[in-house]
Amino acid sequence: MRQRLLARIPSRPAMVGLIALFVLYPWFYHHVLPQSSQWVPNTSTAFVIIAFTVMGVGLNVVVGYAGLLDLGYVAFYAGGAYAAGWFASQQFGGGLHSPRSWIFGGTVPKGTLGIHLTPWSVILIAAIFAALLGVVIGLPTLRLRGDYLAIVTLGFGEIIPQFVRNGDHVAGFNLTNGSFGLNGIDGLGFGNSVHSALPFLPSNFVEQVDSTWYYWTACVLLLIAIGTSLLLRDSRLGRAWIAIREDEDAAAAMGIPLMQMKTLAYLIGAFFGGAAGALITLQAGATSPQAFSLQVSIFVLCMVILGGMGNVWGVALGGVVLAYVNYQGLFAAGHTFNSVVGTNIDISEYSYLIYGAAIVTFMLFRPEGLLPSARRRHELHEEEELDELIEAQPA
Amino acid sequence: MASDSTARRPILALAPRLRGRVVTVLGGILLALVAFWLIENLVREPKQFVLVFLAGITNGSIYALVALGYTLVYGILELINFAHGDVFTWGAMATYTVAVSWIGLDGSQSGLFTFLSLLVALIGAAVFCAALNMTIERVAYRRLRNAPRLAPLITAIGMSFVLQNLIGVIFGFDYKSSNSLLPTGAIFHVGNQAYGWDKLIVLLITVPVLLGLVWLIKATRWGKAMRATAQDRDAARLMGIDVDRAISFAFGLGGALAGIGGFVYFAYFTQARFDLGFRLGLFAFTAAVLGGIGNMAGAALGGYMIGFIENFNSGLDWHTPGPDWTESIVFILLILILVFRPQGLLGEALSTRA
Repeated sequence: MRQRLLARIPSRPAMVGLIALFVLYPWFYHHVLPQSSQWVPNTSTAFVIIAFTVMGVGLNVVVGYAGLLDLGYVAFYAGGAYAAGWFASQQFGGGLHSPRSWIFGGTVPKGTLGIHLTPWSVILIAAIFAALLGVVIGLPTLRLRGDYLAIVTLGFGEIIPQFVRNGDHVAGFNLTNGSFGLNGIDGLGFGNSVHSALPFLPSNFVEQVDSTWYYWTACVLLLIAIGTSLLLRDSRLGRAWIAIREDEDAAAAMGIPLMQMKTLAYLIGAFFGGAAGALITLQAGATSPQAFSLQVSIFVLCMVILGGMGNVWGVALGGVVLAYVNYQGLFAAGHTFNSVVGTNIDISEYSYLIYGAAIVTFMLFRPEGLLPSARRRHELHEEEELDELIEAQPA
Repeated sequence: MASDSTARRPILALAPRLRGRVVTVLGGILLALVAFWLIENLVREPKQFVLVFLAGITNGSIYALVALGYTLVYGILELINFAHGDVFTWGAMATYTVAVSWIGLDGSQSGLFTFLSLLVALIGAAVFCAALNMTIERVAYRRLRNAPRLAPLITAIGMSFVLQNLIGVIFGFDYKSSNSLLPTGAIFHVGNQAYGWDKLIVLLITVPVLLGLVWLIKATRWGKAMRATAQDRDAARLMGIDVDRAISFAFGLGGALAGIGGFVYFAYFTQARFDLGFRLGLFAFTAAVLGGIGNMAGAALGGYMIGFIENFNSGLDWHTPGPDWTESIVFILLILILVFRPQGLLGEALSTRA
């Protein structure tokens, strides 16, 4: 399987070129593109765009492959963000009276309070934590029919931020620091020992002039997410998911264990949601419950719908486009519009109106998205194709 | 592989029965704990308990009105009309527009004038929301009636965002508020706290509306057509029922109820904001599921139960989680019902598992 995937890569020079273009973006930003233009995202914004695209690719496993509508994906983002915070900040430092310090290869100086693991392992831990959260949410709810499942996941997407907001006094223990969130979270980095051996690898990304290294980390994560998705799609697991998506009863009759397969889809989707959440948190250095609203879940779902449910490349493209629009393009467009027409419109007020209208328009006129997977398109147009077949039949 | 599965079969056959028993026992324990908690609170602070109970009825009325809209649409299309909560917000905003912006009510006018103006606002909100809901059905849902199940739900979510943010763009994203529109004088006192007229008026509006709805559905040709369509769409069509119009009627009815709910909300709480319908809509949906989605009496019952839960949780003192946890409690309730009793309290057992 892996060999087949690797064998496919050289046969697609366009794709390799596109990936190279994305990876080299910081260089273009610094040397080619006009940095003063509002349309050009800086490396930090580019990082956020890629990180959110990872979430889109992760959600695609749940929604696109397995056909489970998840409206609470933000719960996994939250899980990853807080897990990252717990293992790389002063949250559990114990304060002045009972200072505690556990440092295992972090990027912080000796004697810093709190738990500080190597940030790379923190991303993995956060992803696993989110995946476990996915299993915990999935086990009771994945038996439900599609539309009920959607509402229940939405419920979890609201419960978890509320728990985080109220979780500063869990049995007298400050777990989440309430609505203030976690602050002073360590940055990513290779650490001093690696840096002294290989000087081109920075010890701490935060000390860099811009977010180039974070951007590359996000790119690596995105490539891992895309690669995993592709491998899974062509595996036994992927075929089982597609069978479940097309007809659950038929899939069960063919001997596919529904619960296991659905839970696995959830687990993998949650894993990447958590990893992306952790990465965003490590770059921002802080996280708070205000970041986890339904809007984020819908925004990520929008990527999947826009790009084409089930098609990884489509979702990745949809994710980059939508995240670019959300974090850069919309403001630039609004600013340009204001300066040309002479109005004073705050375009960000319209953003969710635009996303809502985009969802409705796409579902009505092109439910398969911009770059659909062929199979998905047939599913969504089954009715029309059947009609055509019936009409084509000789009387 | 084959021998393995035969060896496991007896245990698997036992599992559902065992699961059923465990669920019954745990559910019983949970209910007993809640009952004990309520009685203990009643004994400790009887006066406060009565007032919280009465406030719960008032809040529950609003949930019941909105929950009925979910149930009507679900009963006929099996669609969770996610945008319904935002139609409710539009009802509140329509009330604000008519009563405050146009007529200029501020509580200083005479009783008769206020009454007539509120009546106009009530009718305006109901008609507007009925038209709005019917338009949404026509524009966004009708094309997708035969599409895969999730397509109309995703569309409904998109529609919800459109409606919600349109309010923000038109009315602004801050609270719209007014002076108290309903008389707030006390009818009677419990201890040193008063039960105001406004709470009673909410009931005086809601109960006749609910009775009128029952009459509409049970006794009119329109109601009959709607029930027939909900039962079997194809058979109804064969009997000469205009199915599209029956579905449109259900949406109109649901919209009118949401409009009345929005009116009651604004008149009672005197403030509303663009995202009001999100939380309230989810609570009302929980109410509809709690009572048994598709079941009218169930939706009303569920609405009142959610009203009680909200008020008990924020108004009682002894071992109460507090208002910070209301949403979590309601959503956990929703999850528990969907997982363990998807037919709700009054609904019939579903043929396909929910």
